[in-house]
This record gives sequence, structure tokens and C-alpha cells, in this order.
Amino acid sequence: MNGVHDMGGMDGFGPVIVEPDEPVFHAEWETRMYGIAMNLARQFRNVDEFRHAIERIPAPTYLASGYYERWLNAMMTLLVEKGKVSREELAACGAAPVDPIQPANAYTGDSPKVRRHRARFRPGDRVVARNINPTGHTRLPRYVRGKHAVIERDWGEYVFADSNAHNAGERRQHVYSVRFDARELWGKDAPRSDTLRIDLWEDYLEADEANAKGSKRKQR
Amino acid sequence: MSKNHVTVPTGAALRVKALETLLEEKGLIDSAQLDTLVDQYETKVGPRNGARVVAKAWADPAFRKRLLADATAAVAELGYGGPEGGHLVAVENTPKVHNLVVCTLCSCYPWPVLGLPPVWYKSFAYRSRAVRDPRGVLKEFGVEVPSKVEVRVWDSSAEQRYLVIPQRPKGTERMSEEQLASLVTRDSMIGVGLVKAR
Repeated sequence: MNGVHDMGGMDGFGPVIVEPDEPVFHAEWETRMYGIAMNLARQFRNVDEFRHAIERIPAPTYLASGYYERWLNAMMTLLVEKGKVSREELAACGAAPVDPIQPANAYTGDSPKVRRHRARFRPGDRVVARNINPTGHTRLPRYVRGKHAVIERDWGEYVFADSNAHNAGERRQHVYSVRFDARELWGKDAPRSDTLRIDLWEDYLEADEANAKGSKRKQR
Repeated sequence: MSKNHVTVPTGAALRVKALETLLEEKGLIDSAQLDTLVDQYETKVGPRNGARVVAKAWADPAFRKRLLADATAAVAELGYGGPEGGHLVAVENTPKVHNLVVCTLCSCYPWPVLGLPPVWYKSFAYRSRAVRDPRGVLKEFGVEVPSKVEVRVWDSSAEQRYLVIPQRPKGTERMSEEQLASLVTRDSMIGVGLVKAR
């Protein structure tokens, strides 16, 4: 989903402020929240659905919350959706659950369930990040969509976050380290020397046919 | 407390306490187990682990090679591993490349070697700007990267977790691994700092 969590390239958050000699936790409740989340993680949720639950926090609440507060809200969403506790119980005990902005919808992507294991791309291949706008979970940030890039490295096969977050199967596929020039992402004012690498699942990528010339890729 | 986030409502403490009590009543969590989990990252796992890794890479060329080839296996030699560390990747700063790590979508971070991330790494300011204006962010950290050097940003969007191997400072040739490790800062292993010989 195109939520506020997808922050790459946004303006308006000010400078990065560093706290010298920062403690691991800033308050006892953060410590407990961390412990609760890690404890429950082992029992009933996968990391992708947890991330998606964080993304489904209403944008104003997301922006007004600290890191562990987002964990708190997301964990309560999953506890309710998985029938471990009811919303009423959480409200009655004072945990004040925040309703998610949307339910954990079914996966609507077009990734085939049964996949071939062979990698579609090889290092050096020119690719384009697909311009897709899924309403569910995705790890394809907006700032790379539609942009041209080169496959740098094949990391092997991984569970597909977009489907796994919706319990729609693992749809394991190759994940690649993909190189984008800073100028491709941010325009001609970006330094020519600079690049960005991001890890993208195969279903996020298309072959860049228009620029195939110069690529080491042979027709297959 | 960080000033770049809205102040955490005092309600958070009460809400977490209420949740913990409810979950314990329902038998969904075990407080004793919870204490162990917390203790692990509060006192045992932190950036000293990463510093040992970097120092060893500087001092031992064979280890450096193994680290660059398969960081997960290499750090396991030192006994490091666990959540958020199943697919570690070490990226090396050189006179030609300066690496910088971010997670724009959440706050992915190599826990086994750096511990839990600092607030600034999780901040909206860092997540939004590190990809678009890495040199500006680096300047705020006091790092000026020459224009001839490539700034290479790594957005941790999948399972890979990145550890930057900073450049070894001059004048440290005679130092032991332990002495070298004491120079290596957390920030230098994220890519927002340089290691100085003191």
C-alpha cells in the first residue's frame, strides 16, 4: 500500500537528530513492548504480516507515534485479527487499541503460486522496476517504481513478502541486489557519481527491452 | 528522548502494562521468558560485536575475504547470529566508495552485530532523506565525502542486513585487534561515521 511508511525521498521531517550516548530503551514500557513483541513473534505471526500491520496504522497516528508505540498498535491489531484477544477485552483493560485503516485484505498480486526455480535475471541485466501500486503489503518502494536499473547480484530464493504478509503462500523467488543511478531516481541535480542498491524480488522487475543493447544478457 | 519525533504520550506506558497483564492472564506470554529476551539486547548484543568483526577484518586478510564472501558465516565464527542476522552482507568502504545503510520502509538493521537500532536510524528524517540526499545527511553527521567518491546507499528492503566495514585509519598499523575494535564506532558501521585513530 502507498502508506506514509514508504518515506524514501520525502521532505518535511527536518534534520536527523542524534542523541549522544543513547540507551537501548528509553523507558521501561519500551523494554516490555519489545519483549512482548518478540515473545509473540515466535508464537503466531510472520514478520511480513507484522510489518503490514504497522503500515495499516492510520497515517496521522503512525506519524505521531514512536517506534515501540507503532509495535504496540500493530501487535494489538494482529492479536484481534487472529482471534487471540477481542477488541473489547483490549479496550476494557485500558490497552486502547487503534483500529487499522484497512483490514488485512486478501493478496491480489499476480505472482504465480508455483514458480520455476531458475533465475530470470543475471548480473549485468538491465531491468525496470514495475510501476505497481498494490493495496496490500509490498517491499517495492514508490521511489524506484518505473525506474531503470541494473541487476548487480542474485541473492537466491526467498519467501515473497507481498504474499506472505497475507498468508497467501510463500511464492519463493529470486531476490536481486539492484543498482540504480542517483540521477535516474532523483534527476539531473543528483551527483553523477552516486548510486543506490536495493533488494528486489523478481516479481517487482521487468526486463528493460528498450535498453537491452549493451547488456551482457543473451537472448534466452 | 529524541526531539525529532512527537513526544510519546504518557499513555503508552499504561497501555503496554495493560496489554502485558491481559496477555499473561490468557497464558499468551511468559514474563520470565520475556525478561531473558529483553536482557539479551539490553546488555549482551550491541555494536561491540560489529566492532570486533571490523577489527578482525582489518587485521586478518583471510577473515576479511570470508566476511565479504559470506558475512553470516564469517560472523558466526565469532559466535554472532540470530534474529535479523540470517542474511548478513558486509560492504567495504574504499578510497572510491562510501557505503551508507538505511531502511526506508521500516527500520531493518543487523541486530546480531550492531544490536537494536538507535532512534535516529528509525527516525522519519533519516528514512526519508538518506536515499535522496545522502551527502546532506552525511554532512549533518560531520562526514564530507569528496565528490569523486561514489556514495552508495543500501536500502534494506528484503532479508539482507548490511554492515559497513569502514576504512582503517592510518597510524593504526601496530595496533592489536582489541585496540582496533575500540576505535570502531556504531555510526561508522552504518556508514554515517568515519573511524579515527584518536
